[in-house]
Amino acid sequence: MSNVFELTNVFKTYKNDGKEFTALKDVSLDVREGEIFGIIGMSGAGKSTLVRTLNRLEEVTSGTVKFYDKDLSSLKARELREVRHSISMIFQGFNLVNQRTVLANVEQPLRIAGVPRKERKEKARQMLEIVGLSEKADVFPARLSGGQKQRVAIARALAADPKVLLCDEATSALDPKITGEILDLLKKINQERKLTIVIITHEMAVVEKICDRVAIIDDGNLAEVGAVKDVFSNPQSKAAKKLVFPANPFDPSEPSGKVIRLVFDGTQSSVPFIANLVEQTGLKVNILSANTKSVGGIGFGQMILELPGSENDQKTIIDFFTKGGLSVSEVV
Amino acid sequence: MSDYIREAIFSGIFETLEMTFFASLFSYIVGLPLGVLLYATSKGRLLENKGINGVIGFIVNVTRSLPFLILLVLLIPFTRFVVGTSIGTVASIVPLTVGAIPIVARMVESSLNEVNPGIIEAATSMGASPVYTIIHFIIPEATPSLLQGGAINVATVLGYSAMAGVIGGGGLGAIALQYGYYRYQKDVLWTTVALLVIMVMLIQEIGIRMSKKTRKT
Repeated sequence: MSNVFELTNVFKTYKNDGKEFTALKDVSLDVREGEIFGIIGMSGAGKSTLVRTLNRLEEVTSGTVKFYDKDLSSLKARELREVRHSISMIFQGFNLVNQRTVLANVEQPLRIAGVPRKERKEKARQMLEIVGLSEKADVFPARLSGGQKQRVAIARALAADPKVLLCDEATSALDPKITGEILDLLKKINQERKLTIVIITHEMAVVEKICDRVAIIDDGNLAEVGAVKDVFSNPQSKAAKKLVFPANPFDPSEPSGKVIRLVFDGTQSSVPFIANLVEQTGLKVNILSANTKSVGGIGFGQMILELPGSENDQKTIIDFFTKGGLSVSEVV
Repeated sequence: MSDYIREAIFSGIFETLEMTFFASLFSYIVGLPLGVLLYATSKGRLLENKGINGVIGFIVNVTRSLPFLILLVLLIPFTRFVVGTSIGTVASIVPLTVGAIPIVARMVESSLNEVNPGIIEAATSMGASPVYTIIHFIIPEATPSLLQGGAINVATVLGYSAMAGVIGGGGLGAIALQYGYYRYQKDVLWTTVALLVIMVMLIQEIGIRMSKKTRKT
């Protein structure tokens, strides 16, 4: 599989009134052909800047961004515009032209590419069909709901037959149900059209639902990158842990008590560990919180347990879980 | 009111409309591109260019801050050069146009500034050139606001056209001045004032309706 994007040591520094602000610090990563690649981070972490370096809406301060082995910063204005036909983008705010009909909006990229009128109308209608909005072709965007507007934006993005689709917080302005529908649509497009998709988001749920790999951006740094299931089951960086494991709201009920976190993946989620523990060791634990979620069809769970006060008991319990193949970490 | 004055007022209406129409038209022919240029070359915009923006901005600011009456006088030689005379309806169109250009330019600039920057980003990400983006994204999106500004501009030109009477221009302004002011004919004065008010209101109304009709949001 070849790489769609290759970022090497990318830095981005803004200068504002003499003050410098570094939005990206030494970011290197690859986006592979055909995958859905997630970039997640808190707001202000630099992920929007990062995605804008991929189509050179933002110039990098140093480092290189390659699109199919072509260094974007080496391109002249005309060549860059040519390349941008292959890199579509959708936005949080949809960014449709409100004074133009839905069909005219979808036609835009084709018009820019110089496709004849008749052909581009036909193509635009096909695109609207893909996103399920054929009957809205002659309506103005103001008459559409947020979810429909994003569908139009997706149709517009697909019209020029791009190689990759960049999504900048594309579902952040939508409610959870509509978000789900838009993500399903993106997944479908990814599979049917073999379209590489890069998704910027601050929502873990988005990554869980459709991404193959994920990069975690924290304060301009690339904290971690890997397959979604690996990052979920065994996050390495502090930023990843913070995103994957919500903060534990509980303190141990006695000073000598200990709070641990268990993480299990699909292979162990069918085993009744807690019941086994009680049966085999006679020791009791207190479940503070627990949840399971499906990541790419595999169940991932985590549980926060409070252990009894005695250090010996604590060790016995931790050993029991570790032997069972669960990952155990202390919560502080 | 004598028949003679009634006739003068009647033809004054047409002269005023003639001056307003042509001065507005010509001021938009020059002012619209100028406004687009002011917008596009300003900081952070598609064709950011400090030099061009500074020069145009300076000229616009200077001409805009001149009181129109002074501009009228200053432009007499220029008017004579363009139309051969500095008196009459046609001659007034020249200073009216010159006076309206900077106002149009600033109005256009501010209408374009209202366009959501996200749309420009979307256009750029599609591979649109700056000029294409301006013509096919920014101006269409700003059309309702441009029309609204247009109504204000035309009404301003109409107001200015009345002033042209001072230096021998035609129209209702000249009648108001000659009969109403110099000859103390209050009825003529009030008639012309009423007519001017009605005309401004009509222009405003037409502008607002056109703007509403085009606004799809």
